[in-house]
Amino acid sequence: MSSNTLALEATDISKTFGSVKANDQINLEIKKGKIHALLGENGAGKSTLVNILFGLYKADSGVVKVNGDAVDLGRPKDAIDRGIGMVHQHFQLVPVLTVAENIVLGNEPANKASVIDIDNAKEKVRELAEEYQLDVDTEATVEDLPVGTQQRVEILRSLYRKADILILDEPTAVLTPQETDHLLQVLKKLASQGVAIIFITHKLREVLEVADEVTVMRNGQVVGSTTPAETDESGLAEMMVGRSVVLRVSKEAASPDETVLSVRNLCVEDDRRLLAVNDLSLEVRSGEIFGIAGVEGNGQRELVETITGLRTIDTGEIFIGDTSISEFSPRQISELGVAHIPEDREKHGLIGAHSVADNLILNRYYKSPFSNRGIRQQKAIANYAKDMVDKFDIRTPSIETPSSSLSGGNKQKAIAAREFSHNAKLLVASQPTRGIDVGSIEFVHQQLINQRDQGLAVLLVSAELDEILSLSDRIGVIYRGQLIVTADAADLDRNRIGRIMTTGSDSN
Amino acid sequence: MSENQTRDIGKFFFNKRWWILTTVLLVFFTLWTAEFQQANTTSVLVSTLRHSTPLVLGAMCGLLCERSGVINIGIEGQMLMSAWGGFMVASSSGSLLLGVFAGIGIGMMMGGVLAGISVGLRGDQIIAGTVINIAAIGITSFFFSLGRTLPSGKAQVIKLGPLADIPVAGRVLFSNKPITYLTLLMIPTLWFLLFRTKWGLRTRAVGEHPSAAETVGISVIGMRYLNVIMGGGIAGLAGAYLSLEAVGSFERGMTNGKGFVALAVMIFGRWNPVGAWGAALLFGYASAIQTQFQFRDWLTNDPQFIGIIPFVVTIVVLAGFVGRARPPASIGQPYSRE
Repeated sequence: MSSNTLALEATDISKTFGSVKANDQINLEIKKGKIHALLGENGAGKSTLVNILFGLYKADSGVVKVNGDAVDLGRPKDAIDRGIGMVHQHFQLVPVLTVAENIVLGNEPANKASVIDIDNAKEKVRELAEEYQLDVDTEATVEDLPVGTQQRVEILRSLYRKADILILDEPTAVLTPQETDHLLQVLKKLASQGVAIIFITHKLREVLEVADEVTVMRNGQVVGSTTPAETDESGLAEMMVGRSVVLRVSKEAASPDETVLSVRNLCVEDDRRLLAVNDLSLEVRSGEIFGIAGVEGNGQRELVETITGLRTIDTGEIFIGDTSISEFSPRQISELGVAHIPEDREKHGLIGAHSVADNLILNRYYKSPFSNRGIRQQKAIANYAKDMVDKFDIRTPSIETPSSSLSGGNKQKAIAAREFSHNAKLLVASQPTRGIDVGSIEFVHQQLINQRDQGLAVLLVSAELDEILSLSDRIGVIYRGQLIVTADAADLDRNRIGRIMTTGSDSN
Repeated sequence: MSENQTRDIGKFFFNKRWWILTTVLLVFFTLWTAEFQQANTTSVLVSTLRHSTPLVLGAMCGLLCERSGVINIGIEGQMLMSAWGGFMVASSSGSLLLGVFAGIGIGMMMGGVLAGISVGLRGDQIIAGTVINIAAIGITSFFFSLGRTLPSGKAQVIKLGPLADIPVAGRVLFSNKPITYLTLLMIPTLWFLLFRTKWGLRTRAVGEHPSAAETVGISVIGMRYLNVIMGGGIAGLAGAYLSLEAVGSFERGMTNGKGFVALAVMIFGRWNPVGAWGAALLFGYASAIQTQFQFRDWLTNDPQFIGIIPFVVTIVVLAGFVGRARPPASIGQPYSRE
């Protein structure tokens, strides 16, 4: 292999955060015009590595070569100047600025007095958008755009900077199947024009579909390289996790019983006072998992918040069993037997500064045996917490550790431990496996199925279509606050759901 | 394109309808009073402008800092230090110009202190600002000495030729002192810089989403240092205005809360120099009316009642007209890359 086909070469990259070796002697070669997938669980060090390549982090040791020259990437500007562009996992766009302003930011077309020529900027953006079929409205404010479009803005920004090495950090995590397909087409087109692409993901299907080469990372080290031709999904999963993994959850047919949750003609407004949930009705019976599929921002959050008492009903009614909860506080609803795994675990699931033990009893700290006439019973709390930590395999140094220092997967296990031990009748689970590692996902999924088999009613909201498909007994597809289709899981397939959630219509 | 522009202009007028309505009402009210009481109207307007100058300067200092993501509640202290420093230099050197430059320089140094603590050391911005305020009171009081005067006297009015002879408007707009003219020029200039230039776009980006700015190669730390120091310079100019142009001497605590009112003015004006000017004029107008009442011995049995006029105006404006103001998203948060 001659050196001029290599766009980027990283040698012996190491980076330590505190006592954690995030990257340990990483070697990576990226070829021009190829799509290189970087695969690994959360915490494997993929993001750290690409942040080093983009100059956001400084490596402790190691050499990065771009087009054969060793470079010092001290800050993002150095990387940008070398033709490296990055589409970030958390979009790096300024919400209040327009699309055109965001794209040209930092490299604005301007006259000598540094007055920005905004018409010129818009024109350049339009040309790029046309060339790569990345349709955007240059004058729209970024915060008003759906995530898929925001991502296009990020890609256009890299193209505007004439990037010939493009890094994408988990770009498909927020996209619908159709948007994902489109993105993969765009990536292939870019690669065919000679752009080298580093594509981070943990979705194996995408890797097999689009990648030319695959590098797998685990615990900060490269554990192997392969190509899609040489492997398959379970082979990749095994490399990622280091053991064989059950990708499909095995479950028996559901045996639903009486109705636990009944939502009738519900209308709810969002924070901007726009109608978010629009005349929505659904029923969830005990012993079944009802999955809500949909692009994020179609009213799922408002629906979940209303059921758990965090948002007021506009019109319509919600019943838990036979009780209407219209006037109930969140605690009253919780005491009716409603458990809740919130979508944002950092913000709404745990109190980060409080100990693991306190978080485990957050929904009943005021009850016996944890409280006696308003005095905390430390021993009972500690015993209970230790029990839960063992039972749910929560990896924490101690039960007194602040919950914010746990990893994402362990945080989610702690929340699951709290909510599953609640003698609940209904579990509202919102994005229960977002951003956690494959091992924890397996665990949470298995728990959901077990609880279902014991008679729990589960309302599952997830942006991951695969999760909805593999867990749900019945599925409702939500679009602009309405359930367009409700059907048994067996009667729906990926493509049909994808079509409904993007277009709101079931017809071809 | 022209249709677009027409629509944009229409939208602008609709969005600003309350401001426009208020302005039109005030202008008509003024013209009406000018009909039969020209002298008084003129003096109210002159004093409106005089009261508004330090406020709008302070507000511009505040918005320069906050647009880049740094809260500056030390404006009061920066103004006070500069008023004192400017006066000391002017009274010992005999040059007003030198005094003004000294005031600006001291303001920039104070801005540097704020930037050093809150941007460089990532300290708490509120505490950094408070430190400046307390230090300013202490330092200026300690070095304050009675009996110093300005050998050259305070800054003099410059009349802009025949323009100054226009009734009412001539006295109000075209017979002012140098820093007042400078301020009137700075308002549109800063607006243009903030919304039309590279520096302005980058400043706003840094204040809204610093890590986004960093990833496109903008130095967040650098931009914040630059803006906070420049803001300090503007607060310094406001201080120089107080001691060298408005009063002509230095007194203990002479800023008298103007730095804090400037923050309110900045919020009224929604972090926009032109908006801040409108807000400062409103405050100035309320203060001017209050002075007029006192001159005329109106309501002198209840002087407290007159004293509350500016505050009533504040409350009415806040409650009725401002709506929900949205500050730059990242203010108050120190930035670090990792």
